[in-house]
Amino acid sequence: MPVKVLIPSPLRPYAGKRDSAEFTARTVGEALSYLTTEFAELRKHLFTEEGKLRSFVNVYVNDEDIRYLAKENTPTKDGDTISIIPSIAGGRM
Amino acid sequence: MPNEPALSISAHLAEKIRAHGAETYPHECCGALLGRDSTMVAGVSPEKEAPNPEREILGLFPLVNRRDDSPRNRFSVTAEDVRSAEKAAQEQNLEVVGWYHSHPDHPAKPSQYDREHAWPWYSYIIVSVQGGAPQDMTSWRLNDDREEFSPEGIEIRHRAAV
Repeated sequence: MPVKVLIPSPLRPYAGKRDSAEFTARTVGEALSYLTTEFAELRKHLFTEEGKLRSFVNVYVNDEDIRYLAKENTPTKDGDTISIIPSIAGGRM
Repeated sequence: MPNEPALSISAHLAEKIRAHGAETYPHECCGALLGRDSTMVAGVSPEKEAPNPEREILGLFPLVNRRDDSPRNRFSVTAEDVRSAEKAAQEQNLEVVGWYHSHPDHPAKPSQYDREHAWPWYSYIIVSVQGGAPQDMTSWRLNDDREEFSPEGIEIRHRAAV
């Protein structure tokens, strides 16, 4: 069951400049795990040292935010597209 | 130093960022930087003869600061806003190459909070707005190890804006 993970521009330098990768995965978490195993340098930009998705990193299956589904346990099916989208935040202190 | 990161921006767009910072003062402003980055062309390594600077800002996509609780020292842009910015960029055959925000009454230097919420590759332009008047404008890129930002040169193009 290949699912396609779209790699956003800022992370492509850590993924051999690829804009997507396909994995056979049953859940979003599994797909992200395969992604960061294949491209290990991606990991720290997606996950904290404790292995949690960084708070500003949002993951969508097709057009659905996984926060409103089953988070990383969200099941995936053949042909699904996973998007990784940052929410941008900052401030002076 | 051929590989020192730098971006170019027209005087017109640089002025628009500064004006946005003045307009939202004392709150933080924010927006997307739309442009082109020659290092992203497939098969071209950064060591090869990339145009200098390799990153060109050709448009802006001003956004609404979604932080109602502390807009004077925080900004946030939702994933939906990011998608809108990316869509706007694609429609102009550009891409989102970074973000800008203001630091009201504070230097144009990234904070730890900025660092914790950043990705490498993006350019982060910060404009300091002192007492409502825009002052220094700087640009930064997060290092690969996420430990700190490195300054990025800003080359102002003095010709008609695109």
